Amino acid sequence: MSESREVVPTQRAWMSVVQKIGTPIISTVLAIAVGSFIIWISGYDPAEAFAALFKGAFGGPRQTGETILRSTPLILAGLAVGYGFRAGLFNIGAEGQLMMGGLLVAWLGVQMAGLSSVVTIPTLLVAAALAGAAWAFIPAILKARIGAHEVITTMMFSHIARYIVAWLTAGPIKAPGQIPQTVNLTESAQIPRIQSLFSEGALEALPFLNLGRAHLGILIAIAAAVGVWLVLRYTTLGYENRAVGLSPWAAETAGISVQWTTVKALCISGALAGLAGGIEVMGLQHRIFDQFSAGVGFTGIAVALLAKNHPIGIIAAALLFGALSAGSGTMQLEAGVSQKIILIIQALVIFFVAAEGIVNWFIRKRQKEAASSAE
Amino acid sequence: MPVLELREVTKVFPGVVANDRVSLTLEEREIVALLGENGAGKSTLMNVVYGLLSADHGEILVDGQPVKIRSSRHAIDLGIGMVHQHFMLVEPLTVTENIILGREPGRMGVIDMNAARKKVAEISERYGLRIDPDARISELEVGLQQRVEILKALYQGARVLILDEPTAVLTPQEVRELFAVVRSLVDEGLSVVFITHKLEEVMAVADRIVVMRDGAVVGEVRPSETDEIGLARLMVGRDVVLRIDKQPVKCGETVLDIRDLSVKSDRNLSAVNGVSFTVCGGEIVAIAGVSGNGQTELVEALVGLRRPESGSITLKGNDITRASARSSIEIGVSHIPEDRHRRGLVLTFNLAENLVLGDHRLKPYATRGIMHPREITSMAKKRIADYDIRTPSEKLIASSLSGGNQQKVVVAREIGRNPELLVAAQPTRGLDVGAIEFVHRQIIAERTSGKAVLLISLELEEVLSLADRILVMYEGRIVKEFSAEQADAETLGYFMTGGGGTKLDKGGADLTMTGSGVGA
Ligand SMILES: Nc1ncnc2c1ncn2[C@@H]1O[C@H](COP(=O)(O)OP(=O)(O)OP(=O)(O)O)[C@@H](O)[C@H]1O
Ligand SMILES: [Mg+2]
Repeated sequence: MSESREVVPTQRAWMSVVQKIGTPIISTVLAIAVGSFIIWISGYDPAEAFAALFKGAFGGPRQTGETILRSTPLILAGLAVGYGFRAGLFNIGAEGQLMMGGLLVAWLGVQMAGLSSVVTIPTLLVAAALAGAAWAFIPAILKARIGAHEVITTMMFSHIARYIVAWLTAGPIKAPGQIPQTVNLTESAQIPRIQSLFSEGALEALPFLNLGRAHLGILIAIAAAVGVWLVLRYTTLGYENRAVGLSPWAAETAGISVQWTTVKALCISGALAGLAGGIEVMGLQHRIFDQFSAGVGFTGIAVALLAKNHPIGIIAAALLFGALSAGSGTMQLEAGVSQKIILIIQALVIFFVAAEGIVNWFIRKRQKEAASSAE
Repeated sequence: MPVLELREVTKVFPGVVANDRVSLTLEEREIVALLGENGAGKSTLMNVVYGLLSADHGEILVDGQPVKIRSSRHAIDLGIGMVHQHFMLVEPLTVTENIILGREPGRMGVIDMNAARKKVAEISERYGLRIDPDARISELEVGLQQRVEILKALYQGARVLILDEPTAVLTPQEVRELFAVVRSLVDEGLSVVFITHKLEEVMAVADRIVVMRDGAVVGEVRPSETDEIGLARLMVGRDVVLRIDKQPVKCGETVLDIRDLSVKSDRNLSAVNGVSFTVCGGEIVAIAGVSGNGQTELVEALVGLRRPESGSITLKGNDITRASARSSIEIGVSHIPEDRHRRGLVLTFNLAENLVLGDHRLKPYATRGIMHPREITSMAKKRIADYDIRTPSEKLIASSLSGGNQQKVVVAREIGRNPELLVAAQPTRGLDVGAIEFVHRQIIAERTSGKAVLLISLELEEVLSLADRILVMYEGRIVKEFSAEQADAETLGYFMTGGGGTKLDKGGADLTMTGSGVGA
C-alpha cells in the first residue's frame, strides 16, 4: 500500500503558510484597488493619495511612531475578539470592556499617585485586565446559563459602559475645569514613550529612535499576542477553547464543559480588551473622557477577521489598520482626499475577507492557469 | 456504448495518490458495486465523477463523449446524480421543497408549487418511491431521507446514480426497500454505481463488482464467479476471518450496574423506561434493537452526556448516575459515539489533536495545563500504526481522511485509552471487512483482559459474533435477554420489532437478509 504514497512528497511547510495568508493579502490588495478606484472617480489621483498616506504612516521616525501608537490598542482589541472567535463566540462588545479597563486605570492611577512606577504600572495593568474581564463576566454567565446570545449582551454592556464613563467623567470623578475628564495620571502611572528611554545624544546620533508619541505599550501588546499564541497552541485551556469553537458536541463528548469554557473565553477576551483600554490611558491619554476610545474595540473586530484570528497575524493586521489611520491625516492634507476613505478601505478589507469564496475562486483560477501552462 | 466511462483517472492529494489511473465503465441498466478497503479511493473517484473534485489526469466520457466536469451542477446537467453518505438536505424544509431546491419550476422567481408537487408525485409514482411530499425532512426516518435524496437526483434528470455507502445507516427493512428501489430504477433505464462494505449486499444487488485497493482497480468480477470469502480476499489482499473465535466468558466482578434507569429524549418524551442490567469484567453485553428505541439516550446517560430522570448507574461501586462526561472518562469509561462526525471527532482538528481528545488534560499528554506535543505526536503515530489508519501524517486534519479511517481514529482513541468499561455504539460503521476483523479482535482483547464491554449495534451479525449476553431493547425497555448460545438472528429480530405484537416471519426475514456474513 505504501509505494503509491511515497511517490508524492507531502506538502511543503511554506505552501501552507502561503495558503493561510493568501486570502488576507489578496483581500487587502483588492480593497486598496477598489479604494483607488473610488479616489479616482472622486477626481483625485490615487497614486498621489497613497503616496501621501504612506508618507504619513512611515515617512519618518515620528510618523512610524504614530503608526505604532495607533496599532498598540488595535493589537490587544484584535486579540480580544480573536480569542473569543476561537471559542465560537462573537465578543462584539470589546469596546465596552476596553472602556471599563481605561476607567479603572484612570481612577486607580490617580489614587496611587506617589507610589513607585515599579508598583503602579503592573498593578494598573492587572486592574485593567480585571475590569475588562469583569465587564465580560455577566454576558458570559448569561450565555452559559440561559443561552443569551453574546452579540446582544456584550453590545448592551458596551452601551452601559459608555454611559457609565460619560456620567463619571462629568461628575463624580471629574477633574476641575470645563471639560468632562479625569485628572491626569502622575508620571509614575504612565507608560513611558519609547524615545524617552534614550538620551538626547543617542537620539541625535540615531534619529530613527525618535518615535514621537509611540510608547512601550507596544511591547506589552506584542507580548500578549505571543502569549495568546502560546496559550492556544500549548495549553489545555487553549485546546479546549478551540475544540469548543470548532465542535461543541465533540468537545462535550470528550468531557470538556462547553459552558465553563465559554465563560473562561469571554472573560479572557474581556481581559485583553480591558488591557487595551488601560494601556491607551497609561500610554497616551493619561486620563479618561467620554469618547476616549473612538471605536478601537470595533476596529478590533476587523483586525481579528483579517488575521483569521491568528494571534501573530493580528499584529500584522493591527499594524496595517494602524498605518491607515496614522497616514490618513497626511493624505487629506497633501492629496485632498477625505480621511473617510480609510473607513471605506477598512470596510472593503472586511468585505473581501468575508467573501473568501470569491478570493479562493480567484486563487484556484490562477493555480489552474499555472498548472496548465506548466504542462 | 457505456453511459459512463472513466479512463486513467488520477487524483492526487498532498502525500496520497487517491486514484491511480483508474478506468471504469458503466453500461446502461447496469449496477456496478465499487468495493475496496477504507481509503482505497472510492469516494474520491465518485466525487470526481460528480464534479466535486477535479481529476489531475484522465478522461471522463458520458455517452461516449469526452467531458470535463467542472461542478456538481454540470454533472447534474450531464445526467449524473449522487447521494452522499452524509445527506445534504435542508431539515426544516419539506420533501418537495428539498427536491426542487436549486431547480425550482416557475417563472420570474415565483415558484410554482403545484407544478413542483405534481412532478415530484409523478416521479415517486413511476419509480415506486412512496413518500409524503409535504412532510418535513426533520420528521423523516433516515431511510426516507435517503429516499428524498434519490428523488432529488431523479427530479434533476439523473440517468446515472451514484450511491456512496447508502446502507451504512439503514435498518435491515430499509436496506431491503432500497434494493427494490435500485432494481426498479434499473428497469426504468438508469445505471447505478453502488459503494458498500457489506459483501452480501454486493452479492445480492450488483451485476458487476469492481474492487479497488490503494487507489487502483485490482479486480473485476461478477457475483456468479465469486463468493464473500473470495471478495474479501480480493479486497484486503489476504484471508479475512469472518467470525472470530473467543474463549468462554469468565465473569469477574460487576463493573457496570444499572438499576431502574429512566431517561428522557430531547423532545422530553420518555426514551428509556426503567432499564436494569449489569455488565461484569470480562464480558461483552450487547444491546440489540432497531434504532430509535432508546439506545442513544441510554448511552448518553451512561457516559455523562444526559441527566437520567431516575434510577442509578454504578461503575465498580462508584455512583456515576450524575457524573459529568469528564469524570466519567476519568473514572474509566470510554465511549465510541454512534455519530462520528458530530460527537466523535473535531473534523478540523488534526489527527494528533483528535487522538488525544478526552485525554488531553491527563499525563503524559499534559501536566498542570501545559500540553506536551512530543508525547501527543508519538502516541498519535503509534495509534495510526496500530490501527492501520491510512494517512500520510498525523498532522492532517480529520476531515481529509476517508470515512472508514475517520471511524478508526475514534476507535483507536477510545480503546487505546484502556478503559474499565468500553461503551461502543456502532463501532464498525463504515469499516471494511479487514478493519472490522481488527476492531472485533480489539474488543475481544478488552474482554480477555477483564474489561467490561457494552456494545450497541444495529448489525445483528456483529452482535451475534461478539456478545456473551444480548439484551433486546424495544420502546425504551429491555424486553428480552439471551445468552450467546440461545440467540439467533430470527428470534432476535422477532423481539426487536416488538415481540408478539408483529408477525414473526416479517421481522425474522428482514433481519437475516442484512446480517452480513462477515459481521459488517
Ligand atoms: N480532501 C482530502 N485531502 C487530503 N486527502 C484526502 C482528501 N480526501 C480524501 N483523501 C485521501 O484520499 C484517500 C482516498 O479516500 P476516499 O475517501 O476516496 O476513500 P474511500 O475508498 O471512500 O474509503 P472509505 O471506505 O473509508 O470511505 C485516502 O487516503 C484519504 O485520506
Ligand atoms: Mg468513502
